[in-house]
Amino acid sequence: MIKLEGVSKTYGAGPTAVHALKNIDLDVPQGAIHGVIGLSGAGKSTLIRCVNLLERPTSGHVIVDGQDLTQQDSEALRQSRHQLGMIFQHFNLLASRTVFDNVALPLELMGVSKGEIRERVEPLLDLTGLTDKATQYPAQLSGGQKQRVAIARALASRPKVLLCDEATSALDPQTTASILELLQDINRKLGLTILLITHEMEVVKSICHRVGLISDGELVEEADVGDFFTAPATRLGREFLNAFLELEPPQALVERLEETPGEHTHPVVRLAFSGANVATPLISRLARDSGVDVSILQAKVESIQGRTLGLMIAELIGTPETTSQALTQLESHDINVEVLGHVQRDA
Amino acid sequence: MSSAMLELILEATLDTLYMVALSGAVSAVIGIPLGVLLYVTRPGQILAQPVAQRVLGIVTNIGRSIPFIILMVAIIPFTRLVVGSSIGTNAAIVPLIIAAIPFVARLVEGALNEIPPGLIEAAQAMGATPVQIITKVLLPEAKGGIINGLTITVVTLVSYSAMAGAVGGGGLGDLGIRYGYNRFEPLIMLITVAILVVMVQGFQSLGDRLVRKADHK
Repeated sequence: MIKLEGVSKTYGAGPTAVHALKNIDLDVPQGAIHGVIGLSGAGKSTLIRCVNLLERPTSGHVIVDGQDLTQQDSEALRQSRHQLGMIFQHFNLLASRTVFDNVALPLELMGVSKGEIRERVEPLLDLTGLTDKATQYPAQLSGGQKQRVAIARALASRPKVLLCDEATSALDPQTTASILELLQDINRKLGLTILLITHEMEVVKSICHRVGLISDGELVEEADVGDFFTAPATRLGREFLNAFLELEPPQALVERLEETPGEHTHPVVRLAFSGANVATPLISRLARDSGVDVSILQAKVESIQGRTLGLMIAELIGTPETTSQALTQLESHDINVEVLGHVQRDA
Repeated sequence: MSSAMLELILEATLDTLYMVALSGAVSAVIGIPLGVLLYVTRPGQILAQPVAQRVLGIVTNIGRSIPFIILMVAIIPFTRLVVGSSIGTNAAIVPLIIAAIPFVARLVEGALNEIPPGLIEAAQAMGATPVQIITKVLLPEAKGGIINGLTITVVTLVSYSAMAGAVGGGGLGDLGIRYGYNRFEPLIMLITVAILVVMVQGFQSLGDRLVRKADHK
């Protein structure tokens, strides 16, 4: 449904040029919820604004529903934009219009008749739970309600795609959850393809099917959400995950971590279990079979879109032979093992 | 006070109201579109025309920098061309309009500046044309600010119109200068000033009320 081919965006020219996006390829199939996560300044905002050409890519193609938007003239582009609803971090509602009239705006722009506007706006207010707010002005609404108005407005032109630009970043956690639920609901009910950008792992975890990680203008990693949360492929991915899970080894231990194993060191590992492995008593089995002692430093179980994910930071205490045997055994059970470092065993 | 004097005051009040109303209305009709133009032709804006915008901006600034009394005299040939005479109330209205247009334009531009850029972006994302953005987003969203700007303009016109006497335009200011100042009749001076104060207060509170009605912030 959304296809980016070699999209680059450069601001300025010469030695001071800023390369906001570098050769981005992206393919979001019909009906998917695709997330792009990254730190601020990574280029995610530019990326999503390139999809509806609020930013014109310096090079590359943006293809939505088979139409190459980068090749269209301004009139055709305006028509195409009716297929692309968009919501924003700061809602961007018109303060001078009521809730009803805000939702009606895209239809007015399309020249839809008054009667039809009423027929189309009312179900949208119903869908977003705003029926009793129809005559209120945005200033009278809470942040979550404002974003609901924005969602209703984005859906008014019956788009095929919804672009969400940090749509929950200005909301508190509970409101975020209710907005995400609404987005998921819309995705299921209307089969709407959703591309969202965010810096919040929570958003990705709750509703995305696939996720891309953007860093310094490049998509450095892309995976199904379950896989991303089990085994991110890049260091940045792991940082995001660890920060999200608050699964960092204790500070006192970090200070003692050494990169290379020594004569009397033990590996500290981060283990990620998924699926059936979570329910299997692997650790006690490991201790029995390989003869290493396992000291669990941190552990937690997360549920990510129906998949259970177990995470653990542990120190494996044994001889170099037994610990390496233990690691092999863990990997053979399809557990994602990352050696964080090695610690000297004191006493 | 003689009834002739009262009649003089009444006539002057009506002259002032006439000059302010007509010049205010005409300068709004021309100044608002000009202010919109100054805004939408900026670099990066929906109808970006950087060169034309600069020229327009310079012309607007020149219009604003000429002292009103000098402007009034300097454009006498133009005034005569427009209203057929270079003296009288109508002749005073022409320079009032010329002075007020750039004033209105800058105030309107300032009001448009207050609109969050995200709103324009949202409208663009909806497929709005530049004209639709102006009529459906910019003007309605800036309505309160524009009314506020027009109120300031009207109040300024009240004080500018006091100088209309220089071309025989009449009005309260003229009366105050001729009778109150030149003939040293403190009562007349006091009365004209009092009426001007009431007038300005009236325009200001009317404007404030309209702004409150327009704003839903």
